[in-house]
Amino acid sequence: MSAKPRKIPVAACSGIGKSLGAAAREAAFVLAEDLRPGHAKVVALSLLVMGDEEASREVAGREALAIDGCKLECAAKGLACAGAAKVRKVAVFDVIRRHRGLKPEGVCDLNEDGLKLARAAAEEAAGIIDDIDAGGGCA
Amino acid sequence: MPDLPRKKIGLIACSGEEMAEGTVTRRAVRTVLETLRPGDTVTLCLPLFLAGSEGERAFARFYPTIAVDGCDKRCAARATAKYSARPAASIVVTETAKERGCGAIGTARRLNEAGLRLAGEVAARIVEETDRLLAKKPRGAGRGSDRGKP
Repeated sequence: MSAKPRKIPVAACSGIGKSLGAAAREAAFVLAEDLRPGHAKVVALSLLVMGDEEASREVAGREALAIDGCKLECAAKGLACAGAAKVRKVAVFDVIRRHRGLKPEGVCDLNEDGLKLARAAAEEAAGIIDDIDAGGGCA
Repeated sequence: MPDLPRKKIGLIACSGEEMAEGTVTRRAVRTVLETLRPGDTVTLCLPLFLAGSEGERAFARFYPTIAVDGCDKRCAARATAKYSARPAASIVVTETAKERGCGAIGTARRLNEAGLRLAGEVAARIVEETDRLLAKKPRGAGRGSDRGKP
């Protein structure tokens, strides 16, 4: 009998000031709910920032994925501070360069381009989740 | 008369991605910033405190802030106090929801009608606190007034 594999922890930018941050957050939900529901789990960045025990246990010593909206990479830093063994990254500010023409707007309610950008970022993230899974990172 | 910088209130939402109440904090804060008190408020990014943004930390040291948290773990309030200064006011969505007898509010990804109404209620609370704080002197009671005392 094998134990149920643990989902890979995903932290996203809390992006309250910019559309790219909001797209990062939406991408995390698209990934964990639509694309890889059995394999990825969104962890609240605010809990990681504050060193919450339960959230840190999800991350410590494991491979994790950060989806960030800007170059400050708060999500990646939050995962590293929580003790992730390795932090894989999706940078929405890079994703948008690969999808020229998208003009994301809004924060709470992303426009259509914002949602498309989030989907594109989530698809890149899904590839990374598969890669981690293949390497046994979902122990 | 010298042209002094205008006093503004910093709003810090927990944004908690694991619960719908975290999404309520975002929507409430953005509503205040964009619609209800656009000239009087700015938003501060909670994770930037950790990432070491001196701009965020400095603002919260010198200007009043309102922490808006989704749950009683109060990450936004505690982070602000830890990295800058004690917030002038603290609002917890689960407490407001309980006071209002609010039922299911949707998910972290999508709020339902009740969740959107709750966000409106929380925004109104933020406005009350903003107006209260703006009526005070910049370093008034609520934050900083007891700092440095033995």
